[in-house]
Amino acid sequence: MEPITYGWGLPPNLSVHGPAIDHLIIVIHWFMAALFVGWGAFFIYCLIRFRKRPGHSAVYESTHSKLPKLLEVGVALFEVFLLVGLSYPIWSKYKNQPPAEDQAVSVRVVAQQFAWNIHYPGQDGKFGKSDPKMISGGNPLGLDLNDPAARDDIVTINQLHVPVHKPVIVHISSSDVIHGFNIPVMRVKQDAIPGMSIPVWFEATQTGQFDIACAQLCGNGHSMMRGYLTVDTPEAFNAWVADQEQQLQPPPIAPAPAAPAPVTPGSEG
Amino acid sequence: MSHHDHHEAAHELSWIQKYVFSVDHKVIGIQYTITALIFLFFGFCLMMMMRWQLAFPGEPLPVIGNLFSDSTMPGGVMLPDFYNSLGAMHGTIMVFLGVVPLSVGGFGNYLVPLQIGAPDMAFPKLNAASYWSYFIGGVTMLSSFFVPGGAANSGWTSYPPLADIATTGQTIWLFGMVALITSSLLGSVNFIVTVVQLRAKGLSFFRMPFFVWAQFVTSFLLLLAFPPLEAAGVMQLMDRLAGTSFFLPTGLAISGTPMAVSGGGSPILWQHLFWFLAHPEVYVLILPAFGLVTEIIVTNVRRPLYSYRTMIYSVIFLGFTSFIVWAHHMFMTGMGTTISNFFQTTTMIISIPSVILLTVLLLTLWGGSIRYTVPMYFALAFLPMFAIGGLTGLPLGLTASDIHLHDTYYVIGHFHYVVAPGTLFALFGGIYHWYPKVTGRMMNRALGKIHFWISFIAINGIFMPMFIQGIAGVSRRLAIPNIYEHAQAVQGTNVFMSCSAWLLGIAQFIFIYNFFMSLKTGEKVTSDNPWDATTLEWLAPTPPPHGNFSKEPHVYRGPYEYSVPGEKQDFSPQFVA
Repeated sequence: MEPITYGWGLPPNLSVHGPAIDHLIIVIHWFMAALFVGWGAFFIYCLIRFRKRPGHSAVYESTHSKLPKLLEVGVALFEVFLLVGLSYPIWSKYKNQPPAEDQAVSVRVVAQQFAWNIHYPGQDGKFGKSDPKMISGGNPLGLDLNDPAARDDIVTINQLHVPVHKPVIVHISSSDVIHGFNIPVMRVKQDAIPGMSIPVWFEATQTGQFDIACAQLCGNGHSMMRGYLTVDTPEAFNAWVADQEQQLQPPPIAPAPAAPAPVTPGSEG
Repeated sequence: MSHHDHHEAAHELSWIQKYVFSVDHKVIGIQYTITALIFLFFGFCLMMMMRWQLAFPGEPLPVIGNLFSDSTMPGGVMLPDFYNSLGAMHGTIMVFLGVVPLSVGGFGNYLVPLQIGAPDMAFPKLNAASYWSYFIGGVTMLSSFFVPGGAANSGWTSYPPLADIATTGQTIWLFGMVALITSSLLGSVNFIVTVVQLRAKGLSFFRMPFFVWAQFVTSFLLLLAFPPLEAAGVMQLMDRLAGTSFFLPTGLAISGTPMAVSGGGSPILWQHLFWFLAHPEVYVLILPAFGLVTEIIVTNVRRPLYSYRTMIYSVIFLGFTSFIVWAHHMFMTGMGTTISNFFQTTTMIISIPSVILLTVLLLTLWGGSIRYTVPMYFALAFLPMFAIGGLTGLPLGLTASDIHLHDTYYVIGHFHYVVAPGTLFALFGGIYHWYPKVTGRMMNRALGKIHFWISFIAINGIFMPMFIQGIAGVSRRLAIPNIYEHAQAVQGTNVFMSCSAWLLGIAQFIFIYNFFMSLKTGEKVTSDNPWDATTLEWLAPTPPPHGNFSKEPHVYRGPYEYSVPGEKQDFSPQFVA
């Protein structure tokens, strides 16, 4: 595990799809810098050369050169290139080509104020049913333990473990307000929206522990909604999974869901 | 003339009718200007407090920290909820109570009738209703600081479900917004009718000053974009007060407790309705500023615009296009590639007319004889700073680069460069430029230049480091800025930015002093046209009386005939035959 350092500039990129995004960011910034320096030089030249002074007067007719129009067309063409040459393909390739489910690690992330509930399907590869009515302090996902598929499911809080060099599909949702699932070093960002489950994917290229941040204002704990992504070697990952499975309790007899006091809009706080 | 005087004498107005419940567009314009300036400073004060927390997280705010209640700043230390309230109210106040009322309500009201040679707005009472509706909206917003739970704290964007479950302040916010939207709708109808109906003889559309064009297009944006937000605001009110779930999906659980709502709604619906307003709103913020800058630059360059018609066509095109880019604020909501490709394409298209506007102004400098007046300083500074704001929109408008930059400080830097160093500088320039017409006196030049230079340096000190933070991946709206490792690496920039913000705050006292002292001690203008300008407002007596012009103006030529070959003077006003 090589230690990574953060500084000014882009954070280190440790995902397979990330370099294309970084490349685009860098290309655009060179384009912006070129335009700004060009405009700025012309601007300052004009400010000095055309200042009011004795013996100098303004000219009514504009000097009509083709240069500005050419420049304008050039800017437009470069934007077409940014779109068609870079942004469309990068975005489409990333969004429209999910890894095959059977070759990837699938995991659900259900955000809540102010934590990330991480849900692994367990050995059967099936996520157990969850029902919001069963949500309680000890069962933040409302996992229905009467469902056989739920019995081997692993649920952690704020601890996302994935193997290195293997695609990971994260199905992102939220149980309360909108959050933003963000792993800066993986160039992953996706709003976690209640009522929707939205998949994102990445493949880590290096082991280590990294931050999961919340990108969308979600309440007074927004800035402290820190999760941890642990990228393990395949062996270490399997060992972690085995360890988690051992900790699973034998399925309890599902208690009759207590009727908690309902929350009504506007009543919090 | 004499008939007019009779009319005036017959209706002697009381002080209150003349200066408080006035229907004169100039008085209303001044009311808007003063109120909006106060709100701008107040909104900036909220931010200066937040900047303490960002620079020195968890440290008690010195001196004034102890003045706050225990529910906001116990022991002077800012609680996250209070930080979020300050953030939401800073955004709301700056946009809806500061910049738009100043540029549209203040400058628009004062200048549009004068620049088109009209005696007043088409509907003077509607105009007064618009101001008072704005005033009520503003007072409502301010009152929300004093309700239990404090002011709205879900961001100026008020995304549900967070806003649906927020404290009472959010309800007040929504009521305030309804009043503010009503104000804007009344104003926009008035502007459109005024510009269409009340232009002086000879003032064809293509002889109107660019500022009038900018206000005209802005009014259409306000008229067409605000109703969806008004509807959305009422729907959110219903969600909060009447138990509906327009924006609440099935199966929500707050703090582990299922919510007692029927569900079936969509949080994304709010975002669409909100941004359908809020993107055109960006152009509402910027177009009048562009108008002011154009007037100031042309007057001080002493030559016509490089291409007047190109600017008009660009601003109309901008207006139309601004209605089909809104979803670029929502690229991370999981939309499909077809939709997002459509919106990133329209976003690139809208950058073209913006670049054209900027280029025309730059090219106008070529061949000029530039007078470096105080308003010209501000107008010139607008150009590169607006350019930074525009250019940094590119990586946010492209979906692929937006993945990393979305919801980071890069976004904050981007839109502040557009509206703070951009629009606010244009508005300052406008105040210095038209002050002699409104008051009959000049503002102090030396103080104006000191105000300019400190503000120029400080404002860049605030916003430039935001790009560094954004590139580093720091999320916006963090009450504690340095929890994450990548944020700790750039925490030093926060101290620098905060010091810049406080310096900017101090510099504004120079402006405030200049603004009030010049009323008494400013150099008196000796002519109605102290800048040797060409547009109709400089024909009116100084300050313009009720009814504006001594005799009906007639327009003979385009708005920017400067340095016409063969003329004795270097300016040929629109109103001189």
